[in-house]
Amino acid sequence: MSKEWPLWEIFIRGQHGLSHRHVGSLHAPDAETAVKNARDVYTRRSEGVSIWVVEARHITATAPGDKGPIFEPSESKVYRHPTFYDIPDDVGHM
Amino acid sequence: MADALFETLLRLGDNTLILGHRVSEWCGHAPVLEEDIALANTALDLLGQTSLWLEYAGEIEGAGRSADDLAFLRDAWDFHNVLLVELPNGDFGQTVMRQYLFDQFNLMNLRALTGSTDNRIAEIAEKAVKEAAYHVDRSRGTVVGLGDGTAESHERMQAALNILWPYALELFITDDTDADMAKAGVIPDPKTLEADYRATIEATLAEATLTLPDAHFGHRGSGKDGRMHTEHLGHILTQMQWLQRAYPGQAW
Repeated sequence: MSKEWPLWEIFIRGQHGLSHRHVGSLHAPDAETAVKNARDVYTRRSEGVSIWVVEARHITATAPGDKGPIFEPSESKVYRHPTFYDIPDDVGHM
Repeated sequence: MADALFETLLRLGDNTLILGHRVSEWCGHAPVLEEDIALANTALDLLGQTSLWLEYAGEIEGAGRSADDLAFLRDAWDFHNVLLVELPNGDFGQTVMRQYLFDQFNLMNLRALTGSTDNRIAEIAEKAVKEAAYHVDRSRGTVVGLGDGTAESHERMQAALNILWPYALELFITDDTDADMAKAGVIPDPKTLEADYRATIEATLAEATLTLPDAHFGHRGSGKDGRMHTEHLGHILTQMQWLQRAYPGQAW
């Protein structure tokens, strides 16, 4: 068994109404301690109202090498942006 | 009455001042980054509580002394903290055990102080009690984690408890000052907190697979009334007060 504590990714919600954002990562032996560590490391200056922690190994990510097939096809599809019709003035700011 | 109140405030402020300084000694030395920051946060919370207690103490004394004057210009015999908080940090386990034994007391004491007949004390307690609740949460969790951890961490935590437990009992000695203040509703009578404290500590220790040592002795309250400190307090003050002693009146 490794003596290293697992790595946790930390997500903090800055204020009500905003979503949690990734702020960094830290080590902790378990989830409860990860929350406490996140409180001490990332909310010292009143940065948050809510903390989520996720063990890093549970995050599945896109591989940098797959950038071409995954992201590039959407670059040539401008019609996916809602820019081909006029918005009536009455609607106001959207 | 003013003398007793001054004395009571010194006891509150000196406990958090000396423990805060002790904990701050870990800054940059803790076993992992996360603990380093957490310990520094705890130390700063304790120093924040200190400044509130000692500022009020200075006002009650009426001799024009500020919180800084009281912290940096008194000598060892004028400090009225319990012996527990001035003990050396030892290993990380001993620091955490000392922290838990103090935090649990601090939380119970502050909760009672929120109902103090002295409004200022009640207000300070109201602010400090939230910090203390988090401190307990953290130190309690670490005591359980290390106590019920590896064979080595268990052994170290039990050794720490054996050293520290007799000192913790000083927190519950009621002397004449305490009795007067308790009668006036300013503070809880320390004795009355002991049963609840013991029950809570025992529950934590059971979870941590640790056992209370048979204490053949309990310290008699020589720290809180300043009669006799351990040899460690002088060394703490040498470091803590150095700047004000070498350059009197220096300010930021």
